[in-house]
Parts: sequence; C-alpha cells; structure tokens
Amino acid sequence: MSETASLTPEILPFGPDGVVLRLGLSPDERVVAAVQVLRAALENAALPGVEEIAASLTSVLVRFDRARIGRTIVERAAAEVAQGVSETAGGLPDPKRRWTIPVAFGGEAGPQLAEVAQAARLSEAKAVEALIAAPLRVLAIGFAPGLPYLGLLPPEWDIPRMTDLTPTVPRGALVAAVRQLVLFTHPSPTGWRQVGRAAFHGFDPARDPAIYLAPGDEIRLERIGPSELDALEADNADGLGGATCQVLR
Amino acid sequence: MSELVLHKVGPGCTVQDMGRPGQLSVGLSRGGAADTMALIEAAALLDLKAPVAGIEMAGMGLDLSVTAPMRAALTGAVMQASLNGSPVGWNRSLSLAPGDQLRIGAVRSGLYGYVVPAGGIATPPLIGARATHLAAGLGQALAAGDHLPVGEDTAPGLPPMALRPEERFAGGEVRVMPGPQTGLFDAVTRARFHATAFTRSQVGNRQGVRLDHEGAAFASDTKGIASDLIRPGDIQMTGDGTPYILLAECQTMGGYPRIGTVIPADLPRVAQAAPGQVLRPRAISVEEADALWRSDVDLLRAARARVAPLRRDPHDIPDLLSYQLIGGVIRGDEDIA
Repeated sequence: MSETASLTPEILPFGPDGVVLRLGLSPDERVVAAVQVLRAALENAALPGVEEIAASLTSVLVRFDRARIGRTIVERAAAEVAQGVSETAGGLPDPKRRWTIPVAFGGEAGPQLAEVAQAARLSEAKAVEALIAAPLRVLAIGFAPGLPYLGLLPPEWDIPRMTDLTPTVPRGALVAAVRQLVLFTHPSPTGWRQVGRAAFHGFDPARDPAIYLAPGDEIRLERIGPSELDALEADNADGLGGATCQVLR
Repeated sequence: MSELVLHKVGPGCTVQDMGRPGQLSVGLSRGGAADTMALIEAAALLDLKAPVAGIEMAGMGLDLSVTAPMRAALTGAVMQASLNGSPVGWNRSLSLAPGDQLRIGAVRSGLYGYVVPAGGIATPPLIGARATHLAAGLGQALAAGDHLPVGEDTAPGLPPMALRPEERFAGGEVRVMPGPQTGLFDAVTRARFHATAFTRSQVGNRQGVRLDHEGAAFASDTKGIASDLIRPGDIQMTGDGTPYILLAECQTMGGYPRIGTVIPADLPRVAQAAPGQVLRPRAISVEEADALWRSDVDLLRAARARVAPLRRDPHDIPDLLSYQLIGGVIRGDEDIA
C-alpha cells in the first residue's frame, strides 16, 4: 500500500447506537498507527450527533445519539473522514506526553518474568533491558477504568495468553502477552503473565484527575528494586508511585 | 436532607441509576441498573420527568425507614414486602413516613428488584452518576446502618399508583442483531445458535450471564484476534465456545469473539431471567434492530400509560374480616387511597 492510500475500514454495527470502523483483526504497527490517526481525525471532525469516540488497538467506535441522528448518516460521514485520512507509513503520531514509570521486575514483583523471557528467547536480564528500551505508547485505555494497553513490543514478544487464568494479580501488576503490556489499575484475574509491578495507580475515582494516562501517551519504564518499590508504595498519596510526566508539545 | 435508613440489608444491594454513558474511551462501561426498565417504570409510578437513582436488590431485599415523609416505588423483580407488618404488593408506589418500617424480603420472580424514593437517592455523583460500579471500584455494596440522602419529593401527597409492568421476568425470546464480529462465525454455527433454546446458568452477575445448552460448542475462526471494544448485550463465546451475554457492568474490552448483540429493549429480560429459565435468541437484521430502538423518554411515556390509581386487591388487605362484606356495601376491591 502506498503512503498516500486513504484508509478503508470495514464499517460494522455496534448496537443500535454505534458503528465500528475496523482496520484489522490483529494488531501490527500499521494497524495500530492507522487506528490512532483515524481516531484523531474523527475527533477533529466533530460530527453532529456523535456522543463518544473510543478506540481499541484495531478499531474505532463512533457512538451516536439515536434521538438526533441515524446510522446511515453516521456511517457515511465516518467513511468520508476515513477517506480523507492518508495512511501514514511513519507509524504513530508524535506523543504529546511522556510518562516515566518506575517498575520492579522479576522476583515477587514479577513472578513470571522467567517464563516470559524464555518465550521471547531472551535471558531475564535482556528481557528487562528490552522492556526498558521499548518506546511504548498507550495504544488504548480499556477493560477497566484507566487501564492502559501498552505496545507494541518487538515481534519476539508475541507471546500467547495463558490457557489458565491467574486468579488475581495486584494493582500495579505489569503483565505481558501478544506484543503488549498491561498495567493493572485494580487487583484482577488475568491470562497474561506478570513480569513486574509498579506503585503507579492509573485510576482513583476520588482523585482529580481520576485517570492519569491517555491514548497516545509515550511510556518509559524505569527499573527499580523491590525495596524502592516498597518505599514508593509507603508514600504514595497521589498514586503516581514515583512516575513523572513530561509535556512534549 | 431526608434520608433512607437501612436496617437489614441483603448481600447484593447497591445504589443504581441509568449509568455513565460516554466513558468508554477511559475504560469505564456504562453500568447502572441491571434492569433499566425498572427505573423507568418507577419514574412513571412516581410521576417524575426522568428516572432517578434507587436501590437495586439482587434476590434479597432490605429493611428501611425514612426521616421525612416521601413516596417510593417498588419495581423490577417482584419481592415479598410489608409495611409495618402488613403485606404490600409490588409494581406500585406507596407513601412512607418517619416511624414506618418497610421490609423487603426474598424475590418471587425475576432477579433484580428496585425501591426508588420519589426524590431520588442523592449521594454525591462520581464521574457524572450515582450508580455503584463494583467492577470499576466506584461505590460499594450497601450495608445495615447506611444512611442514604434522598432528594425532596416535590409531590408527597400524590396517591399510591399501580403499574402493569412490561413482561420480562420469565425468560423467553431475546432479539439479537449482528455485531462487529458476527461474520467471524460461519453461517451454520450462527443458524444453530439462533435455533438453540438456552438455559440461564447459575453463573451470572451484573457483568454478564452464562447460557447453558445441550450440544456442541459454538466455535469461530478467531485465533489471535485483538481485544476489541465490547458492550452490554454482546454475546461472547469463551475459549471453549460457551456463550455469555454481557450486562451493564461488563468490561469495555474483551478478547473473546462475539456472535451478536442482544438489543437494548430485550436486555432487561436477560438480566431478570433466573437460573434455569429459558432464553431463546432470535436473529434480526440491523435495520429491524434500529427500527426497534426507543429513547428513554419514549419508554417513560409508554410506561406512564401502564400506570393507574392503585386498586387494593382483597388479598393485600390483612384485616379483611373487619370489612363489611355483606349486603354489597363494600365490595372489597374499590379504591381505598
């Protein structure tokens, strides 16, 4: 596909008040970049009657006010926006913010680091180096409030989910699967493998803002030891857990 | 401010309203009442302009009293109830005064019952709503000793009303429209799904309910698909091909393939189906589903037409023997409001 090709998403129904524009079924660099570009274009278009826009790694949802507007009009308008967007060969749009989040890897904080490293054919040390070096982006927020899907990791990190769920991982657990990382905002069952833990609390309804991260944000992981993690958790009124945010543009 | 004071509280009682639409991009599903029709019917009974927050009771009720005179409505799943020891029927409004003791017991049909004060429960809104969303950590289950603030009842003198509820408490047909992933299931599997009578499993909560059936699982060709946005009504097939219908408090993203979406009009029927009841999916087109959509305003208008002044049923009159029943002086069923 040439650099100037416009996006041609599949347009699909999502309940009686939604349409989904799907750019692929599985995430790769091209699809996740196209989703971010299309989402931004739809937000900028400010189509009348649209109530919310949300994105996954592979598709963008446009939910509309059925009392004001019908499906056909929304589908046509969204398709026009997609046609006006050029597929970018250069990957994701530049981030607006860069977060640096301290994470303790391995040991009690990341009991499945060894498994993950083995699956990626790396030593544990190299696996952690790769995670720290990765230019991660928040590709989507979802599943639970404020919960970020981070990626994409290099292809060797295409590790399947486990068939058996871990009954519960703690808040702050950093888990890996399918070229992505998730940083849990609440204790949760998961089929992903836990490689580390942060004192970063992505969601707190009593806080302003309740949610720190936004889609598109760049994330850098900073390695800390278990005692440093304990110290960060002991003094963590803001829930940042030592994380810092740099505004880039 | 007036309060509801809770005394004995069943394990699944929470404050619920119409939920928090518009938060999918931050990962928060709409939540709100499992049976939104029950809040709409309560608003119709109480002659309100729009639904207000009430208490949702999952299977077991609670005992409550009030600190000021107010009306309240009892809607959704029919539950045993008494006021100061005398039985009261369901799907009605009633007047409560300080000193009154409203006791709500076990469910009789359906799963989720609602008690809704006319002024609405007035706890501080959190992210734009009062609905408890346990999966997201918003609010918590109610407990004995809780005092819930209630808005003012602007018409406390209105007489008790009765409602003919929309039928939805015994399972039955649920209409299913295509969703984004319907095409990932082949035509034979889809046809078999829509020809199957499912049993509502024992497994279920506000996030979703499992459907049991005899026969093969519902497989799809979906290895390696990315997690994608999901919504209440979506019918997910878990790894072994078992269907789950997602309800109000589902997550916002899921990796399991979805064969279709139960339309909003039939979601209360899914939520209110008790374990063992039969749910039969029926495939409808997107155009049919769109034509069946009704706004909450329209649903409330339609519910008002099902409200009438309460006529007391002789069965609900505990001191029936003290009434004059002979000579046609009192029939026993006239309005005694």
